[in-house]
Amino acid sequence: MQAAVVDKAVAAVAKPKDFDVPVLGDYLQVPSLAPGSMAHSKPFEAKPVHQEKLGFPGELIDNWQEVAVAKLGDLVKSSRGLQVYLDSCVKCGACTDKCHYFLGTADPKNMPVARQDLLRKVYRRYYTVAGKYLPKLVGAEDLTEEVLDDWYTYYHQCSQCRRCSVYCPYGIDTAEVSMAAREIMDTVGKGQKYCNEIIGKVHKLGNNLGLPEPALADTLEGLEEDVEEEIGIDVKFPLDVKGADVLLVTPSADFFAEPHIDGLIGYAKVFHQAGLSWTISSHASEAANFGLFIGSHDNMQKVALRIREAALELGVKRIVFGECGHAWRVGYSFLNTLAGPFDFLDSNYPVPQHIVEVTHDLLQQGRLTLDPEANDDKRVTFHDSCNVARASRMGSLPGGQFTLPRDVIKASCNHFFDMPANTIGEATFCCGGGGGLLTDDLVELRVKGAMPRMQALKEVNDRHQITHMAAICAICKSQFSKVFPYYGFQMDQIISVHQLVGDALVFNSDPGARRITQ
Amino acid sequence: MGVVASLVIYLAVAVFLIGVGRKVYRYASTPAPLKIPTTPAPVTRTGVVFRMAREVVFFESLFKASLWTWVFGWLFHAGLFLTLLTHLRYFTQPVWGWVAWLAPLGPYAGMAMVIGLAGLLVRRLCVDRVRYISAPSDYLMLVFLLLIAGSGLTMRFYFHIDIVALKQFALGLLSFDLQSLPGGFALWLHLFLVSVLLIIFPFSKLLHAPGLFFSPSRYQVDNPREKRHAGGSRRQSGGSGG
Ligand code: SF4
Ligand code: SF4
Repeated sequence: MQAAVVDKAVAAVAKPKDFDVPVLGDYLQVPSLAPGSMAHSKPFEAKPVHQEKLGFPGELIDNWQEVAVAKLGDLVKSSRGLQVYLDSCVKCGACTDKCHYFLGTADPKNMPVARQDLLRKVYRRYYTVAGKYLPKLVGAEDLTEEVLDDWYTYYHQCSQCRRCSVYCPYGIDTAEVSMAAREIMDTVGKGQKYCNEIIGKVHKLGNNLGLPEPALADTLEGLEEDVEEEIGIDVKFPLDVKGADVLLVTPSADFFAEPHIDGLIGYAKVFHQAGLSWTISSHASEAANFGLFIGSHDNMQKVALRIREAALELGVKRIVFGECGHAWRVGYSFLNTLAGPFDFLDSNYPVPQHIVEVTHDLLQQGRLTLDPEANDDKRVTFHDSCNVARASRMGSLPGGQFTLPRDVIKASCNHFFDMPANTIGEATFCCGGGGGLLTDDLVELRVKGAMPRMQALKEVNDRHQITHMAAICAICKSQFSKVFPYYGFQMDQIISVHQLVGDALVFNSDPGARRITQ
Repeated sequence: MGVVASLVIYLAVAVFLIGVGRKVYRYASTPAPLKIPTTPAPVTRTGVVFRMAREVVFFESLFKASLWTWVFGWLFHAGLFLTLLTHLRYFTQPVWGWVAWLAPLGPYAGMAMVIGLAGLLVRRLCVDRVRYISAPSDYLMLVFLLLIAGSGLTMRFYFHIDIVALKQFALGLLSFDLQSLPGGFALWLHLFLVSVLLIIFPFSKLLHAPGLFFSPSRYQVDNPREKRHAGGSRRQSGGSGG
């Protein structure tokens, strides 16, 4: 009896279903279609308790069809983007080979346009003249149970990475379509457990991990001790310090997970050496905003407002985001709209700032000294996180999101090599775990979706014997730790950019003059 | 024949103008709640004008995506654009100088259209990914455009028509002074198909033409931190000053 239970537990954490890990070749190949190959991949559905906390029905409602169609109409009316995207696709096929999930799974419904079509055919059927009268001709379809099932399956195989939107001649962004579809599904009671459970935790406790304030305080204290022991310097990790200059909002994975935590230590070292007074807030102890993933404006706004509340409560002058991809999208692109205006903060700094921008500025002002030789044991490449790359910026120039992190990395280590040009920058491949898919019930998808990135890593590795890939996103870091071993890399080969910075940082006895001691 | 043809054309133009006008009005009046330009994006309005110009004139994104689709798609659209310009000679009296100057390019433009359309059709039929996403209307649209371009070219090379009478007909349309339409099956087919195309324009994927200008991923300026985007959202805006 006991043994059976244990077996079951082991089976639950092991691979959910046997699948073939893609084999890396000499270069990336576009697969021929394998219809239905990922039809079985679905995340766990949210339980009533997860749903209701977000204001969604607990389970699939009886008149779901009617409500879903009405919701679709509402969304189209309230989003210019969605409306234009649903109308404008000419089926040119330019996007068909651009999605990492298609490249890794060969399932045709993972081609961006085919993914959009799952929603578009319903939009056409109910909201366009052609679809109402000539459905067969234009590929319009009724919203049936099979269609809903397809939505659940394939809108949870999109990491909302926007790679397709770079290549579409009209900028059609499948991420927006996926978000809309997920919102419709939530509205009729068919939500995804991973995202909705997490959002519930944020609403209640302020972070995705559901970490209450005392536990957070404990963790940070422990970190202080560890760092002091290791380098003999009293680097602080302040929590809820009123009157600090900088509020650091960082993904909660930074408090616990490897390699994230070394990034957090890196930020703390930077603040320490630059003499900046800073604090973490227990009220807004999470940078990630999963409201984005489920397309829920209301939930996204509610999460974002916690940051405003924390900033007001603590009386800070600046808001700085830690390394987190989608969080930076919400921070950079949406925070001002959702929770602004931030006229109570110091107008000399953009709101919010990315930690990479802060470090970059300090380096340029000569307020930090880095000794890249400290990282001479490493040969590093950099993974551009999808939402940083294609949905945000750093610094004042377009493309700063690519140059600033590389500048910081190159200042921190002597051996830096980029992956092939068509896999970085705006063309970067998603890690395979973004957009609310970083859950064990989707391991097959995550492993296969990582294939294009792994292929690029293999190519730079073959040429330059890479030891580490650096990243600036909590999801990317967790995802790569998980999928690296499937492709013959070690899970600890993924590191935080600010780990490199922290390790290279030269401390001197007189940290910046503006340091305020607490 | 002249009256029937004129009425069909008037109807088609009316449906086209009203249909597209309504759509454009809808696009323009629908809120864009958030900043979602695909980055890197221009940080100024002027920059956006250049980005859009590159998209409209050179199909920049398509160029990055797929060279063959770009070659055929661009050939077709460039040919179509030139063809439309050369057709102005039927509607201007005296013919504008630059239109007359362009006129000799007409047949080449028509051939560019045919080559582009044929290339796109072959691609649609032969690339498994593109075939998978194609609905019957996607093939029909190409066949339709091929017939329009083809019928136009045959008039140029085989079935010559009475250009003077045709021009009278065209000018009559403009001045609401209906004239008779010269004979010729190719011409009738040509005008009929063009009319049908105008009618389906507002109800089909041809909406990509106005759509591009309202695509937030392309037209939005990347300045969310510098300038608070209110977006015209109908929902309550957060914060105190919202
Ligand atoms: S947004 Fe990314 S994951 Fe989604 S369809 Fe486009 S390329 Fe694929
Ligand atoms: S690239 Fe754009 S227009 Fe072309 S098929 Fe994909 S979504 Fe449609």
